Amino acid sequence: MSSTFDTVANIIAETCDIPRETIKPESHATDDLGIDSLDFLDVAFAIDKAFGIKMPLEQWTQEVNEGKATTEQYFVLSNLCARIDELVAAKTA
Amino acid sequence: MRLEYFQLIDRIADLDLERRTIRAEARVPQASTIFEGHFPGFPLMPGVLLVEIMAQASGWLIIGLTGFSRMPFLAAIKDAKLRSFVTPGTSLTAAATLIHDGSGFARTQAEILNDGKVACNAEITFRVVAFPNPEFRAFMEKAAAAIAFPMEAIPHE
Repeated sequence: MSSTFDTVANIIAETCDIPRETIKPESHATDDLGIDSLDFLDVAFAIDKAFGIKMPLEQWTQEVNEGKATTEQYFVLSNLCARIDELVAAKTA
Repeated sequence: MRLEYFQLIDRIADLDLERRTIRAEARVPQASTIFEGHFPGFPLMPGVLLVEIMAQASGWLIIGLTGFSRMPFLAAIKDAKLRSFVTPGTSLTAAATLIHDGSGFARTQAEILNDGKVACNAEITFRVVAFPNPEFRAFMEKAAAAIAFPMEAIPHE
């Protein structure tokens, strides 16, 4: 978890020009860090590449739009990192 | 190339779905009102249109890879480099490789060759979404036929 978070936080800091020390596990990518959807594509690209996965952004967005999930479930960084860990585990299983 | 209709690709020369690459021909017209202003006495193909050629070639690649089920929309251009002037009447080759197939987005590495030399290159990101309506898709299918897009080679839904 911690290494996943460090990787994700470093990607966000570099991609979105956000000071690394302001990026916390409890930060919401949009609400707290101000990452818009276009910048998040760069973040997603870098995360996909770093972890060798394909984050299902479309599925997550659809679930949020349909009220089946909250943005916090996917875009609070600790939760995002948990999803990433699940995707990595599923890939290597 | 029909600048007035923003149709910058003339022909798909090669679409390789396995290697995720495309090569397309784009012939810059000898005459256009664009060249009257860009620039008087020194006509040049505008750099933004060269970027658009790379985007359109990339777009056809993504359409092919998605089996003509989704439409790519230009979202971001990274590290665009315009390396040499392109003048009216030049025959260009646009080439693109898909470097990432994300969820709802895709990224390509694209370039334009002029007489075998790289005239410009860029990394281009697209949002990839369902066609907004049947009319749009029909328009794109018609455009594909006009540029010899190999419809028979792509997977279908």
